[in-house]
Amino acid sequence: MDPNIKFIQGNEVCVEAALYAGLNFFAGYPITPSTEIAEHLAQKLPEQGGKFIQMEDEIASMAAIIGASLTGKKVMTATSGPGFSLMQEALGYAIMTEIPCVIVNVMRGGPSTGLPTSVGQGDVMQARWGTHGDHGIIALTASNHQDVFSITIDAFNLAETYRTPVILLFDEVVGHMREKLVVPEPGEIPIVERLRTSVKGGVDYHPYLPREDGRLPMSDFGGVHRYNVTGLYHDMWGFPSNNPSVVQGLHRHLNDKITNNVNQISRYKEYYLEDAECILISYGSAARSALHVVQERRPRGEKLGLLELQTLWPFPYQMIKEKCENAKSIAVVELNAGQVLRAVKRAVNDPEKVFLANRIDGVFITPVDIRNMLRFVQGRGA
Amino acid sequence: MAIKDYLRERFFPHMWCPGCGHGIVLNNMLRSIEQLGLSKNEIVMVSGIGCSSRISGYVDFHTLHTIHGRALAFATGVKLGLPELNVIVPMGDGDALAIGGNHFIHAARRNIDITAIVMNNRIYGMTGGQFSPLSGIGTMATTAPFRNIDHDFDVAELSKAAGATFVARTTTFHAKQITDIIKQAILHEGFSVVEILTQCPTYFGRKNREGSASNMMELYKKNTTPIGSQAKQENPELIERGILHEVEAPEYCNEYDKIIKAAMKGK
Repeated sequence: MDPNIKFIQGNEVCVEAALYAGLNFFAGYPITPSTEIAEHLAQKLPEQGGKFIQMEDEIASMAAIIGASLTGKKVMTATSGPGFSLMQEALGYAIMTEIPCVIVNVMRGGPSTGLPTSVGQGDVMQARWGTHGDHGIIALTASNHQDVFSITIDAFNLAETYRTPVILLFDEVVGHMREKLVVPEPGEIPIVERLRTSVKGGVDYHPYLPREDGRLPMSDFGGVHRYNVTGLYHDMWGFPSNNPSVVQGLHRHLNDKITNNVNQISRYKEYYLEDAECILISYGSAARSALHVVQERRPRGEKLGLLELQTLWPFPYQMIKEKCENAKSIAVVELNAGQVLRAVKRAVNDPEKVFLANRIDGVFITPVDIRNMLRFVQGRGA
Repeated sequence: MAIKDYLRERFFPHMWCPGCGHGIVLNNMLRSIEQLGLSKNEIVMVSGIGCSSRISGYVDFHTLHTIHGRALAFATGVKLGLPELNVIVPMGDGDALAIGGNHFIHAARRNIDITAIVMNNRIYGMTGGQFSPLSGIGTMATTAPFRNIDHDFDVAELSKAAGATFVARTTTFHAKQITDIIKQAILHEGFSVVEILTQCPTYFGRKNREGSASNMMELYKKNTTPIGSQAKQENPELIERGILHEVEAPEYCNEYDKIIKAAMKGK
């Protein structure tokens, strides 16, 4: 059998993809349903000369990957809801200091300890606003193994391109489900390497002065440039500053570098949208059931379409507005009380035509669930 | 090189109060580095939040000023990422042992080759004089206006119990000893803890009627004694100075390198 064809769990796919993208440092803390990521990396990283460390908690895990990223490593941590909550302060630090890193959150039912072994998608808003202060953030997701593979690589590439943490919002179903993965040949998917400064030693290096294209060339710790990294507002040398123009400039930069590039960051898949009267919008594992409904109903002449979001943040408001212009109704299929629903309502011209098709009981949403809810939306209900 | 050559003058004046002991720690830490002949490019200073943590900004090394209490966790990532670097972590008593207590004991347990300098002024200075886990019973603070009923940690005993392989203590009065001890702490392969009693005349001194900065330093002279001295036997209340604990034990990054070797061979 082709060794590139695998039948594995989603969490293992994430590991394979991270290594393909050049991951060489991982710090983490065990938590269901993400633990397999740590277990597989504990085995695979040292085999390739990389490093794995199990930290004392998720706060420390997030801190350790930021430290390692500064030494030039490609870094990742993996967790689930409670651990993701603990990471929020250091996540904000990575945003402020523009340190590339990838955080995997295999979502389970929340809040609190919630449903450790069940599926949920309740961390969408936390990924956006979990850490304090205004900031831009990138969060990606996927519904099947081939996409988990490519979107994980995207996460590393975007983290390097925009020098920012990137969150991978997978969920328990995707993480634990087994299905086929075809591992691409090396080089088949392009990898973005870290942009390093060309400034020579002894020349004044400005670690926090973006180039014209907005990118910030880095210098690794241990190299010829010694500079300061701080979570305080800082000037182009990395020195703390409360000068209003410095503060405003950095604040703008941190937000703009993400929001001005929505189109470059946005990834989605569409099915039968051209003439769809009813559009399902979904993401992650829930999109699998949504796709099933669409594929089953289309041959019967029902004008159903699916827009599967892979970039959740920055939210593709404009794209959604355009795709949904002619739809009579829109149903957002998700495993929470309506977190993406809210964003979709803000995106479309007529929020009244947007409905929620969800489950919030820890049980995976089935095509039957979605069809039942659609009956109400289409006025054919009880 | 002169001490000045290790400073980022662009960053001055510093933000410490008149009489603060932290400048003495900074000066003598730089002397240790100078005497060891370390290159500035091979030193990373990682700090958290607080008055003491501002040290990292003032020195011309690779510097990482992080979030409250987590400096050792960031430092662990830096050290494991590039073990050839010398990683020094200056911390305040609250930063190291209240919010950062968990990271402190686990860094010690791993025996990762990091030098932790606990600048103990027994108070939260930056936020204006609240009691810390090292203030001790009976002290006064803005959050202990009647008197403090919180017991304090013994940093040295805690570090030793947690697995630190080098533990030492001195004070800002004993400036030359700071240089000597930090030198040995940096050279030690493993997790080193140096506790330095450093005065905060603005908050601890004022709240606890210890007088001026020089009075507080004289108290360090009066209340401490070299380890193993006759004076300690006569007066057990005295705080011992010097290297309190030093043992050889496998260092984390070295051990991980062995893991990599074994894993790559098995492949």
